[in-house]
Amino acid sequence: MNPHTQTKLSRRRLLQTGGALAVYFSLRDPLDALAQGAPPPKLPGSLDKFPLLDSWIKIDANGAITVFTGKAELGQGIKTAFIQLAAEELSVEPGDLTLVTADTGRTPNEGYTAGSHSMKDSGTAIQNAAAQVRGLLLDLAATRFNMPREQLKPQRGTVVAADGRVLRYAELVAGLDLHRPAVPGAPKADPKTYTVIGKPLPRVDIPAKVTGGLAYVQDMRPDGLVHARVVRPPNPAAKLKALDSQPVEQMPGVIKVVRDGSFLAVVAAGEFQAIQAMNALSSLAQWEGQANLPKQANISDVIRALPAQDTVILNQGSLGQASGRALKATYHRPYQMHGAIGPSCALAQFKDGTMTVWTHSQGVYPLRDSLAELLRMPKEQVHCIHTEGSGCYGHNGADDAAADAALIARAVPDRPVRVQWMREQEHGWEPYGPAMVTEVQAALDADGKIADWQYEVWSNTHSTRPGGAGNLLAALHLAQPFAQPAPTPIPQPEGGGDRNGIPLYAVPNARVTSHFIPAMPVRVSAMRGLGAYMNVFSIESFMDEMAALAGTDPVEFRLRHLEDTRARDVIALAAKEFGWKPNEPLPKGRGRGFAFARYKNLAGYAAIALDVEVERETGVVQIGRVVAAVDSGQVVNPDGIRNQIEGAIVQSASWTLYESVGYSEREITSRDWGSYPILRFPAMPSKIDVHIIDRPGQPFLGTGEAGQGPASAAIANAVASATGVRMRSLPLSPARVKAAIGI
Amino acid sequence: MTELIVNGERHTVDVDPATPLLYVLRNELKLNGAKFGCGLGQCGACTVMLDSDPVFACLIPIVAVDGRRVRTVEGLGTAEHPGPVQRAFMDEQAAQCGYCIPGMIMRAQALLERKAGASEDDIRQHMEPNLCRCGTHMRILAAVKRAAVTMRSAEKPSRQREAGR
Ligand code: FES
Ligand code: FES
Repeated sequence: MNPHTQTKLSRRRLLQTGGALAVYFSLRDPLDALAQGAPPPKLPGSLDKFPLLDSWIKIDANGAITVFTGKAELGQGIKTAFIQLAAEELSVEPGDLTLVTADTGRTPNEGYTAGSHSMKDSGTAIQNAAAQVRGLLLDLAATRFNMPREQLKPQRGTVVAADGRVLRYAELVAGLDLHRPAVPGAPKADPKTYTVIGKPLPRVDIPAKVTGGLAYVQDMRPDGLVHARVVRPPNPAAKLKALDSQPVEQMPGVIKVVRDGSFLAVVAAGEFQAIQAMNALSSLAQWEGQANLPKQANISDVIRALPAQDTVILNQGSLGQASGRALKATYHRPYQMHGAIGPSCALAQFKDGTMTVWTHSQGVYPLRDSLAELLRMPKEQVHCIHTEGSGCYGHNGADDAAADAALIARAVPDRPVRVQWMREQEHGWEPYGPAMVTEVQAALDADGKIADWQYEVWSNTHSTRPGGAGNLLAALHLAQPFAQPAPTPIPQPEGGGDRNGIPLYAVPNARVTSHFIPAMPVRVSAMRGLGAYMNVFSIESFMDEMAALAGTDPVEFRLRHLEDTRARDVIALAAKEFGWKPNEPLPKGRGRGFAFARYKNLAGYAAIALDVEVERETGVVQIGRVVAAVDSGQVVNPDGIRNQIEGAIVQSASWTLYESVGYSEREITSRDWGSYPILRFPAMPSKIDVHIIDRPGQPFLGTGEAGQGPASAAIANAVASATGVRMRSLPLSPARVKAAIGI
Repeated sequence: MTELIVNGERHTVDVDPATPLLYVLRNELKLNGAKFGCGLGQCGACTVMLDSDPVFACLIPIVAVDGRRVRTVEGLGTAEHPGPVQRAFMDEQAAQCGYCIPGMIMRAQALLERKAGASEDDIRQHMEPNLCRCGTHMRILAAVKRAAVTMRSAEKPSRQREAGR
């Protein structure tokens, strides 16, 4: 049925329910306008793609309200924020709503839960749909009371009339038809009257998580569950040459050894039995073929030497006019990993011709399509249900584990199969955040302002998400393998490797070039913030270098180049709350740093000030106090924003100070937390304060990735302030710091 | 057959004695709290208490806990009636994905039972074996400090009672 027929039908139904409502709709029906040849009006957020109200909200005969989103809870608190939005606009208590998240059988296809898009896309859709549904309920009540709408008020699941009469939503739903398109401009609640939006509602998922409730895909134990483990090749190029799996098949509990080309797995009744069988299988398997990884030490040169597709993403004024002093610098980022604490896991069941997969993938629909291709099944017969896992921070092993589970489940029909990766597999096979190189040169004018700015960034793709069976790890290992789709750059304004590559600062003459490198020496994909982490690290480090060249305080120097008042506001607030004073003398070994970015140049603003102490003997950088100021637009849950920014700062501190994937020419050598150390408790900052600038009524800008970039540069700037040495290669590990300060 | 006492309840399980405690808790006893993180004793996601010590359940074979008292996060309270450490984690909203949290709670519980007056520095050192990737550390520290305060004040009256005896 096409949406238009649906509208017509629903209108006919409406005409039977009351004149007022029918008029309301015939005036505003976007599909009517469409029928008359006018372009469809733009609907807010994801409503534009899924305009039917009942894609987002259903109210059953008892008045029970269910809200649907195509986005997934990743630990960012999105469920709670969506419930707040719907509760506010529907005038019900948050506890009165049920929220259904990403499920190919039930929710709209909102693609990936990524890029800090959830609030902007899905939050906006839910808010507007809920506002419109409330309007419809008021209209129905107006007809029933025979009273103008202005004399009615929604209140906790009821409509109250000025004369005191009350109707519960449940009493109105008989006349309510939500199978109709949304309209633009449905009146929303006035931010001044908010009682749920903007309040720190406790996260709905936390009670189960702190008490051992069923909270994760890892915790699912359907009847008849069997456990599986995969055996991966010793390196990405190896092929399974020979295997006598007979001894493994005789092991206790073993149900089946699954082999397809070089894809190898074992299914057992018990989980530890599956692990023992995996170990046995691994020692019996004979592989051939060697990987040829680049030398870790000169990965920057390797990246820069590979063929690139160049795009000039900013070209303004004419370079070479500057009269003042100039600087040039190159920055380096190694491969870094998502490193989920819980390795990737999925459940799958192949029953009655349908493959059902429970997955912590960030994109159930794209995964569904890719699995259908992998399994050579119609899409309609593959059902992906998002179920929370350990935090992922981008495209990690989640989708690959789902593919493993589906392939194995197909080999043991009817049984639910649970696959969980081992730690060594997660570390060794997740698609990493790409290694990158940036080069920047700039020159000052006579007034100490930047006149010329040239910036180049070299990077692999930042997305090999499925998108095609060939982006699923197991698909590369099958007897009939799928080819990995050719990577394509994510275009500006969001960008991939060049995300935040264009400075937000006003520079009259500027040229920014993005070198997109298709060939991947190591499998990579989206990691929180994509290129923004590295580009902001580079630009914000360089701004400090330029400020020093201009003989100016770095905060003042930034403000000198900023016109965007919201950017200026977060910078001023962070500086004030930190107590930033130009030229403040600091004790020996102590330093402070400042940095700012607007994520993607179009999302959340964040400014960070912090201090560090550098231990000269060891090169250890200890972060002290951190102050952040953030503007994410209209605040829905302030504590959610704070939690995300605190997390971003700590995670970025770990990337920035410790992290680099190790590899030899033959294999990945970072295989556990010993060979890929991350920040631990004793090294935590002494304090992190997050200050939020609320923008009532303004669009949601998202928060999840706003802090990582600024945190990295603030740390590097503080290290430079403490040691007098500028470090441009990530990570700023103790060995590197020690070497840089020459002890 | 191995006998174990988990959260005060006696269980007899028939598994390979080499099976790590973690898998028995999760699969045979269907307890979700202890999580698999690394299986290597490097992350603490599997932390439970054995008698009064925090241990990595992923490393301890079931035969080694025969007859000993195991405590998991389920034994501290429920969503409706959380224990003081769980309550403090809720009050501080100390979770992002939350996967590391049960292990954090059990390690903190062990410290606070031994030393309710633990200092900030004690807590940071004691929590060192447990990893969090979401960067929830500051809230976890705040929650443990908060729990220390409630557990201390709960302890005082009982000490006084004892002293009065
Ligand atoms: S799972 Fe036991 S320490 Fe990591
Ligand atoms: S809250 Fe996600 S790993 Fe700690």
